[in-house]
Amino acid sequence: MASLDRTARAFLLSELLAGFALTLKYMFKPKVTVNYPYEKGPLSSRFRGEHALRRYPNGEERCIACKLCEAICPAQAITIEAEPRDDGSRRTTRYDIDMTKCIYCGFCQEACPVDAIVEGPNFEFSTETREELMYDKNKLLANGDRWETLIAANLHSEAAYR
Amino acid sequence: MYADLITFFTTNWLGMAIVMLAQCLAVTVPLLVAVAYMTYVDRKVWASIQLRRGPNVVGPFGLLQPFADGLKLVLKETIVPSSANGILFIIAPMIAFMTALVAWAVVPFDDGWVIADINVGILYLFAISSLGVYGIIIAGWASNSKYAFLGALRSAAQMVSYEVSIGFVLITVLLCVGSLNLSHVVLAQSGWFWNWFWLPLLPMFVIFFISALAETNRTPFDLPMSEAELVAGFHTEYSAMTFGLFFLGEYANMILLSALGAVLFLGGWHSPIPYAPFTLVPGVVWFALKIAFLLFIFSWTKGTLPRYRYDQLMRLGWKVFLPVSLGWVVLTAAVLTFGGWLPKP
Repeated sequence: MASLDRTARAFLLSELLAGFALTLKYMFKPKVTVNYPYEKGPLSSRFRGEHALRRYPNGEERCIACKLCEAICPAQAITIEAEPRDDGSRRTTRYDIDMTKCIYCGFCQEACPVDAIVEGPNFEFSTETREELMYDKNKLLANGDRWETLIAANLHSEAAYR
Repeated sequence: MYADLITFFTTNWLGMAIVMLAQCLAVTVPLLVAVAYMTYVDRKVWASIQLRRGPNVVGPFGLLQPFADGLKLVLKETIVPSSANGILFIIAPMIAFMTALVAWAVVPFDDGWVIADINVGILYLFAISSLGVYGIIIAGWASNSKYAFLGALRSAAQMVSYEVSIGFVLITVLLCVGSLNLSHVVLAQSGWFWNWFWLPLLPMFVIFFISALAETNRTPFDLPMSEAELVAGFHTEYSAMTFGLFFLGEYANMILLSALGAVLFLGGWHSPIPYAPFTLVPGVVWFALKIAFLLFIFSWTKGTLPRYRYDQLMRLGWKVFLPVSLGWVVLTAAVLTFGGWLPKP
């Protein structure tokens, strides 16, 4: 009897038809896709994206060339050279990040005592050439100027947990 | 003047050649556009089933995507592997594509709208669809690659197996019609939509559709292309337009088998309700709608079913479809004979 039942089901394609009904139902459900270039998903305030060097509100750069970030960087992507500036303050003469080496671990921003190097919310910085990914100090400072509002807001909302 | 033109186009060899060429273009150009948009519809349907959006960037609603893809295929370089048999390697996709196109010569789009109104239309279709296997076998052999070769073997075995059951399905239909001419097949199904052959011959319609899936190497019978085992099957080594021709041929074949299904089981160009507003719609439109419906089921199937294992596929073909369709041929013949419904020649 069981085999008869099974044969009848097989020939009436009942299981196939159930599957077809299910996929037909799904065809009319709302799409879950985030339509990327036009829509974007939410980003955490802890998101670790493209690096930026920040400035103080008076325009002075924050980085004091302590080289803690360079030391902690597990990928050794950061290269820093420093000299005393004319006014006697210690500042970097060179601050390079090789973005092709960086693994976006966030150790540099954790190591930084003055919140100078941070990983901002920007993740859309793909380039057409490899060379463009060798960031120098100017590029990083420009990033800082560009994303300062968002970075400051993120740092503020994370301040309680740091 | 007018009479001169008519005599030129009906009697002069040049005029007749021009008419023939125009007819061929009138079939192939819409067919190729349909093939292009079939790829689009396929992707949209699968995307919907998987709660995705599908192509939506190139043009409004992504409608220009097929042309972007086509352009890409045309512009890329055709790579012929150094160990391949160059001539056969190039010829194979042409055969696959050409057989998919020439079969359309006997498909009736409307009453009298058929390029070659021959009395052995079904036999012609059957012969051409068997020839399509050659393109695949030659491709697999000429590629000189183990994946392509195994894919071609599988594909050939599969197409040959399922052609048998398609053959029996065709025999039941032509028993009911009494003619091998496809136009006569359609004319025999006039009237309401329940007079079409899909209802009286429902099991055969299902077998026909499933065999059509196997015939065109579509899921759940896309073993020749099973990526996990065979990379891409018989067209592993193909690139650019040689691959494009296989792709076009495959989709053209799919549309062809849908058209055949529409002719044999869904009443061809007939409207579903034989009264005023419906009969005013041109037959071509009904025919296209029926093809579109079957093609939608093709995509829907691909979005729903997983792939068969090869022995399951062979078992289904030889141990289920063959006896069932053969039994149904005998049953139909018996019913027609003893019921006195045999079509009069």
